This record gives sequence, structure tokens and C-alpha cells, in this order.
Amino acid sequence: MCLGVPAKVIELMANEVARVDVNGNQTEISVRLTPEVKINEYVLVHAGFAMEIIDESIALETMKYLEELLQYE
Amino acid sequence: MSEISDYQQQLLHAIQTEKASVTLMEVCGTHTMAIAKSGIRELLPPNIKLLSGPGCPVCVTSQGDIDAVIELVRQKDIILVTFGDMMRVPGTYSSLQEERSQGADIRIAYSPLDALRVARENADKEIVFLGIGFETTAPAIAVTLEQARSEGLGNFSVFSLHKVVPPALELIFSDPDINVDGLICPGHVSVVIGVEPYEILAQKHRKPCVITGFETLDILEGIYMLLKQIKQGDAQAEIQYRRVVKREGNLVARQSIEKVFKPVAARWRGLGVIPDSGLALREEFEHMDARLKFNIPEMEEIPIKGCACGEVLTGKISPPECLLFGRACTPLKPVGPCMVSHEGSCAAYYRYTPAKGRG
Repeated sequence: MCLGVPAKVIELMANEVARVDVNGNQTEISVRLTPEVKINEYVLVHAGFAMEIIDESIALETMKYLEELLQYE
Repeated sequence: MSEISDYQQQLLHAIQTEKASVTLMEVCGTHTMAIAKSGIRELLPPNIKLLSGPGCPVCVTSQGDIDAVIELVRQKDIILVTFGDMMRVPGTYSSLQEERSQGADIRIAYSPLDALRVARENADKEIVFLGIGFETTAPAIAVTLEQARSEGLGNFSVFSLHKVVPPALELIFSDPDINVDGLICPGHVSVVIGVEPYEILAQKHRKPCVITGFETLDILEGIYMLLKQIKQGDAQAEIQYRRVVKREGNLVARQSIEKVFKPVAARWRGLGVIPDSGLALREEFEHMDARLKFNIPEMEEIPIKGCACGEVLTGKISPPECLLFGRACTPLKPVGPCMVSHEGSCAAYYRYTPAKGRG
């Protein structure tokens, strides 16, 4: 039920509405809960609302525990 | 990509070499589904148990509350707008789907804002939105109510069955019959509430809590972080799902909930009445509270014969241990909500566990 999908903001419109791209499909969502969002940022969408801005730099930084995992080899 | 799959293998290897007996619980329907679908449970060694807790808002909705909603849709000139998840959940005598086939006007929406459009287009009808969900969903409903108030939509109201997660987790940790060593915390609930509620729980009960994402890699990393804490004797609240979850959560969303809703006692299927675990409309919004507006009484709880959803929801038994599972209760003919809801533990087990593992 708490399903969230990532979407890219492509246009900010009136009344805190944004046009977003979800896997190639475009739709309109409310950005009232993420007022600071900018074009080209990714947001997490739930029930027609952007719930949070996705931090792309952290999304790209994976394998946080790589070094300590090597000790299990 | 191969680097990532190597990393995933290394996480799995580290988890598989763990010798201690550990029981972890997740409390999110999306985790239930992701774990079942990825096959993670089958890859874990027998000493590491993964339980599903009360993480599906549809499943934890009490029988009496469903009966109350059915009572409402039987009234004249009502249009009920709901998320699709609720349609098939059986009440004592009926479900919303059955009511719709009998002529009730029940519409499925993706966003609660769609219900406002229905209200504008049907001025001669009363539009009720069935508000269900945890902290992830509550802000969307709060914003919708604020919008309805500012537009002066007199024919719109909300039937709030909203619940909040931390009081249920407190109950799980306090129950001597439920032995959980660490918690895989719900990623999208935490987008709103942040890490603080888990810090309180982790400190009080000395159990680690890790807010975890939904990819296979996220879940493996979350499990690894919990095992590491348990091994070191730590009990911290950590965030694995850092790309989305901020320490303080989403303050705008939290303020919206705070402005529109007040905490009240709520009945959870399987857990009973938990103080401050439900969200009711504050006085300024009471004229949009469908329960009051249409005078819907509290309904009696009549248990479903033989259904062990209550035990499943608290991790006391796994779905195949229920006598009805896979026999009298299947996704095509579900008896209890854990089999009805797409994200229910029983539905996830039924769908993704090989028949021999179903017990």
C-alpha cells in the first residue's frame, strides 16, 4: 500500500502541480509536500503526491560496506 | 552492473556465514512482497528467521471498521471513493466489491485529489473518501482535506481509518510472546516520520532498527546492518535507504498530518486496540468526518471462524501454519485480509513460495 515510484520532474506548473516522467509515461502529480523541488530532480511518488526528493548522489553511491565484506571471503 | 551483483553476492555470503540465531521482522507490505518475490527468505540460513509484522494497512483494518464502511455505502446518494486495495476485503457479511455489484456507487482512485474532482462534478451527491494507510498516505489525505475546506466543498468528507506505525511497533517489542531481535523498518513510512521514532524504540527495548529500501540489494544491506549491530551488541536506529529518507523525515508532510489529524485509539486486526495509533480529524475538520456526518456507529468485532490473520500479523505463526492456508483460503477465494490484500503475508507466501515450502 505504501508503494512509491521514482519519477523525474519535467515541468513545474501552477497550483503546486508538476508534470513528471515515470518510466517513459508522463503524468501530473502534486508537489505540495516537496515545495523545494526543481526541474530534472527525481521524486518518490505515492498516491499522486511527491513524498520526497531522491538524492541522486546517494543513489549512485552504492556498495557502502564493500571493504568490510571482504573479510568474509 | 556486475560490480553491484558482486556486492550483492558478498552481502549474501556475509549473512549466510552468520552463526547466531536471529529473528528479524519487517513491517511493510512492500517489504513482504519484495522479500517473497526475490526469494531472499529461501536463501537465508535456518538460524536467521524473517517474519512479517503488521505492515499492511488493509490487513490490519478491523472487521468492525469494514462493516462500518459497508453500512455507509448502503446509505442513499453516497459515492465512496477508495484505493483499489480495499474492494475485496471481507467484512462480516459483505465486501465493498459485493456492495458495488448490488448497486452501491464505489469508485477507485489513485490519488485522493481525484475524489475532489468527483465532488465538484456531483454536487447533488455526498462524496466520501475512504482514508486508509499509514504515515505515507496520511499527508496526501490531509492536503486533500485542506484543499476541500479552502474550496468550500460541502459534499466532501473522509472516513478515516488511518493508522500510525510506531505504537504498533512498541506493542510488538513489548509482547513477551513475540521474540524479535531487530526490525527492518518501513522505507516509505519513514520518508515521512524520519528516524526519531525508531531511536526511541531502539533505546527503550535495546533492539536495532534499520530503515530499509525495497530493492533486493537494499534488503540484503538492511539485514547485514542489523546482524552487524546484533553481533556488536548495539541497538541503534540507522537508515539504509538514505537516498530517500532524511533523518528528520518530511517536515511539510508531518506538519500536514499534525494540522488535520489528532491521535486516537484504534483497533488493529490481530493486535487489538492500541492507544494513539489511529488518526481522527481535528475539530476544525470535523464537519468533513464521514463517521460523524453520517452517524455511523462503532461496529462489533465478529471474528472470522478459523482465520489466523491475527497470529500471522504479529509473526506468531507463518502463513503456512494457518489451517486454512492454501486449502479453504486462497487468493481466488480468500477468507482473511492477509490473503486478500496483494501485499498481505499470506498472498505473498502463496504466490511466491514453492508448493513444497508452503507446509
